Amino acid sequence: MPNPWVFIGLFIIIAAIIPIGAIVVALILGPKKPNPIKQSTYECGLETVGDSLVQFKAQYYVFALAFLIFDVEAVFLFPWAIAMNKMPLYVALEGVIFIVILVAGLVYTWRKGALEWV
Amino acid sequence: MIDLALVLEWVIKSLVVIFMLLGGFAYLTWFERRILARMQTRVGPNRAGWQGLLQPVADAVKLVFKEELIPARADKVIFVLAPILTVVPATVLAVVIPFGTQVILFGRQVNLAVADINVGILFLMAVASVAVYGIVLAGWSSNNKFALMGGMRSTAQMISYELALGLSFVLVALMADSLQLSEIVEAQRTMWFVVLQPVGAIVFLIVTLAEVNRAPFDMPEAEQELAAGFHSEYSGMKFALFFMAEYQKMIVISIIAVTLFFGGYLGPFIGRFPWLGPVYVLGKVVALLFGMVWIRATLPRIRYDRLMDLGWKVLLPLVLGLVLITATGILLADEFGNSLVWSIPVVSILAGFLTVGLVDRSLRRKFNALR
Amino acid sequence: MTAEQIIQQILFFISAALTLGSAVMVVATRKLIQAALWLIVSLFGVAVLYALLDASFLVVVQVVVYIGAIAILFIFAVMLTQRDQRDKGPQLNKSWVLAALVGLATFGGLTFLVSSWTGFGAAAAPIPAGTVDMVADLGTALVSVDQYVLPFEVASVLLLAALIGAIYVAYNRK
Repeated sequence: MPNPWVFIGLFIIIAAIIPIGAIVVALILGPKKPNPIKQSTYECGLETVGDSLVQFKAQYYVFALAFLIFDVEAVFLFPWAIAMNKMPLYVALEGVIFIVILVAGLVYTWRKGALEWV
Repeated sequence: MIDLALVLEWVIKSLVVIFMLLGGFAYLTWFERRILARMQTRVGPNRAGWQGLLQPVADAVKLVFKEELIPARADKVIFVLAPILTVVPATVLAVVIPFGTQVILFGRQVNLAVADINVGILFLMAVASVAVYGIVLAGWSSNNKFALMGGMRSTAQMISYELALGLSFVLVALMADSLQLSEIVEAQRTMWFVVLQPVGAIVFLIVTLAEVNRAPFDMPEAEQELAAGFHSEYSGMKFALFFMAEYQKMIVISIIAVTLFFGGYLGPFIGRFPWLGPVYVLGKVVALLFGMVWIRATLPRIRYDRLMDLGWKVLLPLVLGLVLITATGILLADEFGNSLVWSIPVVSILAGFLTVGLVDRSLRRKFNALR
Repeated sequence: MTAEQIIQQILFFISAALTLGSAVMVVATRKLIQAALWLIVSLFGVAVLYALLDASFLVVVQVVVYIGAIAILFIFAVMLTQRDQRDKGPQLNKSWVLAALVGLATFGGLTFLVSSWTGFGAAAAPIPAGTVDMVADLGTALVSVDQYVLPFEVASVLLLAALIGAIYVAYNRK
């Protein structure tokens, strides 16, 4: 059995050819008549004011941080999940402790009000 | 030594899967428009061909001949790259899915899966987490306030629901003792996981709706508030590619739901006729897709803060609870006899009702506070 | 060398070049968001290296954690900063010659050390297929008392500390 990742790589390449091909075909067949008004930024007909890189609120960052922590947790849980019932009870419970410690983190975040999207 | 016949087999299988998704996308648009029209007592597209069956072809031809606009202030390279980066993950998700057992074709034993790797579920999680980039880059490169806001919102939404998605994958891994998708399907020979894990399946279906930005979680494309969000500035074929990614993701995620919870390719007589596998998958997928269209026709879009609340304060704790319940149930069944495995659905349904009750109480409180 | 090994070598050089080249672009580009994007390409190159080693679990963890979570955090951080994300100062400062020398010396030293190791340059024996379920072994190792249970539980405490610290710093509601 050869390395399956070679075939996944091959699949990614084949999958990328289709959208690239579609864009190229449309580029060849479609009309090209650009003008400044057509290419201006569309904001519902109003003239664009200021830079479009508006500042976002810190809430996004907090959610990304919490996401990172729980994502790492989920990744740790996968190996435990498939090995769990090959082990004695008290050993399997260590995974449960792992989850409970992180639930404490979720409770803290919630109580702190960091999960409010306002 | 590289087996050329093997390489050829894999390339053909990849092409079959990719073109199946393409065709599925084309006819899913027709399917959705017809069903939605029926539900709203309209007729829907019925002019191109019999029952409008050539409508997708007509749409494709129209889109190819459209002018592609690139806004003058956009970052051109990333603007073109973003739709490609959205479509590729939507397609690549399908690579690890088994569509059946082995069949004999031209004298060869052919596995009906492109690459059934041993970390299949984690691969799905990885590709789902990469799918965010197409959207955030589309929003950023358009140089448009609405697009940027739509992209950011959509990213925050997708990462929030990815947690519940990952943990519901953990549920399946717990019950199947494997991360390989073919083994997960085989573990459902006696019973589909939806029976043992009804709440987990419901959570999974809700989360996938949010992951593919479908109604009622289609905030990033809210026409009324964001002028279509991250793809405001896209037109012609590039817009069609975003559309294609959304519909391909709908199909693939239905296939994943079928594989994880609804027995995958399993069905009557599958042992004798392995070719029935893909047929069963197709039937189950169409049923789930009909459900998705039905939900779109029924539910209004939910508010963005409620959406984040649902992800973080309802689904995430619920799924964490389900992981604990499932782990305990499996350990109990191992120690004290197999019938205790039924404690999992019983306790998890109770947990589901408790969650719904708590949400109801909190909403009532908010409502009363307003009055 | 068989054809398969040659293909593997070529793939290795392509992905190594991708990783290093995009790592250089991270520091060389002047736009903050483009630096973040080049970083993602670099991280993806590392994932490809793992894939060439057939380390499936590491590939998906690399993608899930680094590309799917940490890089998203970077992008959000960039979006949070006020506009003018362009670096206008000179790319090099006065002591770049010294820094380059130190870098080269470190690289040379590392190469020397690694090349004196007996396994250097020898092809590793492939893992016999189908005999071990490595992910299950990893799971067992993580909770076995005589193996890695302490690091595993400490990791959860570390994650908890990181979460609390991050929330406290980023979100101190008055």
